Formats: sequence, structure tokens, C-alpha cells
Amino acid sequence: MIDLHWLYVLAGAVFAGFAIGSARDATNKKRLGNSVFWGLIAISFWFGDFLGDIGNGVLVLALVAIAGAHWLGKGSKPSTSIEQREEFSERYSNKLFLPALVIPFTAFVGTLAFNYTPLKDSGLIDPKSVTLVLLGLGVIIALIVCYAWLKPAATAPVEEGRRLMDSIGWAAVLPQMLAALGAVFAAAGVGTTIGALGGAIIPEGGIFLAVLLYALGMVVFTMIMGNAFAAFPVMVAAIGVPILIQQDGGNPAVIGAVGMLAGFCGTLMTPMAANFNIVPAALLELKNQYGVIKAQVPTAIPLLIANILILYFGAFR
Amino acid sequence: MVSYWPLIGIALVVLGFALRFNPLLVVAVAAIVTGLLGGMHFLKVLATLGKGFNDNRYVTIIYIVLPVIGLLERYGLQQRARALIMRMRGATTGRLLVLYLGFRQILSALGLTSVAGQAQTVRPLVAPMALAAAEKQHGALDQDTSERVKAMAAATDNVGLFFGEDIFLAIASILLIQGSLASFGIQLTPFQLSVWAIPTAICAFLIHGCRLLWFDRRLARHPRESGGPAGFKNKRDSRLRGNDEA
Repeated sequence: MIDLHWLYVLAGAVFAGFAIGSARDATNKKRLGNSVFWGLIAISFWFGDFLGDIGNGVLVLALVAIAGAHWLGKGSKPSTSIEQREEFSERYSNKLFLPALVIPFTAFVGTLAFNYTPLKDSGLIDPKSVTLVLLGLGVIIALIVCYAWLKPAATAPVEEGRRLMDSIGWAAVLPQMLAALGAVFAAAGVGTTIGALGGAIIPEGGIFLAVLLYALGMVVFTMIMGNAFAAFPVMVAAIGVPILIQQDGGNPAVIGAVGMLAGFCGTLMTPMAANFNIVPAALLELKNQYGVIKAQVPTAIPLLIANILILYFGAFR
Repeated sequence: MVSYWPLIGIALVVLGFALRFNPLLVVAVAAIVTGLLGGMHFLKVLATLGKGFNDNRYVTIIYIVLPVIGLLERYGLQQRARALIMRMRGATTGRLLVLYLGFRQILSALGLTSVAGQAQTVRPLVAPMALAAAEKQHGALDQDTSERVKAMAAATDNVGLFFGEDIFLAIASILLIQGSLASFGIQLTPFQLSVWAIPTAICAFLIHGCRLLWFDRRLARHPRESGGPAGFKNKRDSRLRGNDEA
């Protein structure tokens, strides 16, 4: 069965390519740091399951050391000039969109075809990761199309991908690091501690106040942890279940679903959610690395208010 | 008696970030301090951190699309996206992004969250298109405005993803909600939960959609004197070079 591990092999190859490409980029003074950093991620994808937990821990510390010591840099060599790109764009016309659309198209049609045909029971692809597996397949198809049609130099895709990867830098692994932090927090009992603390400071009565504290707690904890998944079990144990559901008799479906969505409003406002907020700022070459967050706050705050009202009127009416 | 010591880890995350240390470093230090204060042995903390990192590798898979995106950019994909919008009548930044927001929410609600995204669609297609539309409305863009247009394109992708995905029954967050409540003996089906994601999804579309159309009006209201459709030609690549307006 094709599952995530097949994708890990592919991802390891891509990152290994980035590592080799980085090492050869003479315009990047810190190329060694980049090369080792991407190389370690390739090792993690390929051999992570054989390193053992402590081995993986050491790998994490090595990544952290490289990033913390500012050993990551960026090259300055552009691949083609703007003028050349304009010329290519004219020459290949709108057909240039096709390879780009191959990836989402493969993922979209493939997922539908998989879920609504007997393929689903064939055991060919792990149902839990169908879309991601098909996304990987889409990347491979798109690459084959590009090679056949545009006939780039053999190393061009890795070179170009590496250029984008270097502009993202360490932020690329922050989400994975935060997930690991969440695991440590859970093992150290941070959730139960916050739960006890929350239970102690919530006053009796006043349903609206409890709703407000539940939603704001989700937002604040989400902003610190960089994702709502870490905040949710904590806030549910602290306020959601004991106070809103058991004491005040609220509808558990609303409290669960909308509580999580209140947390997502926090995700829109925190730099810790690097993959959503910091990586795009790098990808789009924004001067202000918090530009995306700035654009999101005016949506997040009214939406949070809407969520608090939905919680209150939906769960207690 | 509950020990409050492990909470220092949370304070460390906030403090480290405020002092502008590298976030990877902050997170690692916070994890180790929290683990030690929680009574774990150092090697145990290291192992937990390593296992957590290894178990969550799928988060980092998305970067496999970069070689394709980068290669197509080498052959003028962004320029093509701009040209398409330039020829389209009635295309504005706001309308384009409202349309994208709707698509993104619907696709996410169908569970197709990785079909679009910052690397897959925003950088190569949505952002250049939004910029081109803005230039049509506004004339040549100064750096502040083009930054805001690009940021808005990225923000629209996030809003569409976050407030669409929970309508899908089998998404991780719905399963997490179900599991968390089940541990307190409260049994719910994914359907009961995902229905309650719909009101928020509608609010998100209305709030962000209104902001996008409002953004359109601002873009249209302040055209530059020297701008206009003739002005963009020599400025069309300012975004790629990152240089300021003359």
C-alpha cells in the first residue's frame, strides 16, 4: 500500500537535492550551513524511523543549532532575467499554466476518483493520506511534462526549488518543531496544569463570561503554541467540559466545533504559525515579515466576535 | 497539589519571541526546560522531542512542490499570470480574491486542503494575478500598496483554508475535537461537529469578502497621477526586483 512513507522517500530526495544545490551555490556565503540544514532534513525523511527517538532528538538539536547560530544564508544568483521570462512567457503562452495545474488537478480528480470508485477498497493507497500521496504523484507528473516540453537543464528543477527553499529558510521546519514542543508539553503535564489553573480562576455563574474566557483562552494559547490543536485539549479540559458543558449545560457539539474555530482566529494572528504566516511572507518577498499577519488581523477579530456569539447563542439556547 | 513549574516553558516561548531570538531556538529551549521542570530526565525530554519531530514529518512534505513551481517561474509563469489578468475585462483584485476565497473554502470543505496553498497556488498564480489586477485599477503600484496586495492574497488563502476545512468530516481537527470530548465520556459524531463549522464559514466569507471589496474601493480611489494602464508597462517587474518606485 502506498502511504506517507513513499512520500517521505520523495521528500528526502528533494531535500537531498536542495542540500547538494546549496553546497554548490558560490553566491551564498553561508552555503555550508544551508547544505547541512537541508541535508539533515533529507536524513530525517529517509532514515527518521531508524534513528531512534534519541537520535531524532539529536538531529533536532543540530537543526536548532544551525538556525540559532544564524548559519543559514541566501544566494543572489537569479536563474533567468526578467526580460528572458517575458520572452518565454510570450513564447509558451497560456500553456505554461498546464504543468502548474497538473498538481492540484491530480490531487483533486485523483482524490474523487479514489473515494468514489472501487479503488478505495483495492488497498493501493492508504486512505488516510490519499490527497497528499496524489499531490506527490502530481509533482512527479508535472516534472515529467516540464522535462519533455521545456527541456530544461537536468538540474534546473532542483536549482529553482532550492532558490525558493533558501528564501524560506529555517521557518520551513518551525511547524514541525512546534508539533514536537506540543508532545513535550503533553508529556510534562502542561495541559493538566493549565486546566487546574483555569478551573481555579473562573468565577461561578455568568455563562457569557465563561464563554468569553473559553474563546479567548483558545486564542491566546493558540497564538503561543502556533496551532489550535495544542490549545484545544487544554481549554476543553479547563473550561469547556467542566464549566460550559457540565455546569452550565451547553451543547457539546457547538462548544467543541466553534471553540476550535475561535482558536483558528488566533492562528491568523501569530508568527508562531510560521507555515501560514511567515513562510508566505518569505515566498512573496514581502519586506515586512509580519505583513501577512497584519492583513489578517482585521478579519480575525470580527470573526472571533462572531464565534463568541455563535458559541453563546448556539450552545445555550 | 499541581505543580505550576512547567508553565515556565510557555513564558519562555513568549519571552524568547519578544527578545527576537531565533524561533527554532526558543521552541527547543522551551521544550527542554518544560520537560526538566515537569520531572523528566534530560534523555527522556530529548527522546520525546525527537519522536514528536519524527511523527510530524508530513507537515514539511509540501515543499516537494517547489522544484516544479520554481522551474515554471524560470519560464515566465508569473509573467503569464499577469498577462492573463491584464487582458481580462472587469477583473479587480477584490473580485479575484473573493472568487479564490470561495473556491478555497469549498475545496477545503470537500477535504481537498492540499490542492491549493501558499506554495502551490498563491506564489505562482494568485499573487501575480492580484497584483496585475491592482495595477489595472490603480496604475503603477508603490511598494506599500504592492506589499498589501500580496499580503492580502496570502491572507485570503489562509482564511479560506481555516474556515472551510472543518466542514469536512474526516479532517484532523474534527477528529481531535471528537477524541477530546470522548475522553470525558461525551460521544459525538463528526457530522454533529462539522455542521457547526458552517455558521463560522459563512461569517468568514462575509467578513473577509467585504474587506476584499472594500480594498478594491481603496485601490480605485487613489490612482496615481502618472499611473493608468500606460504606466504599468515599465513598472511591471518592480515586484520581482523588489525596487521602489522612482
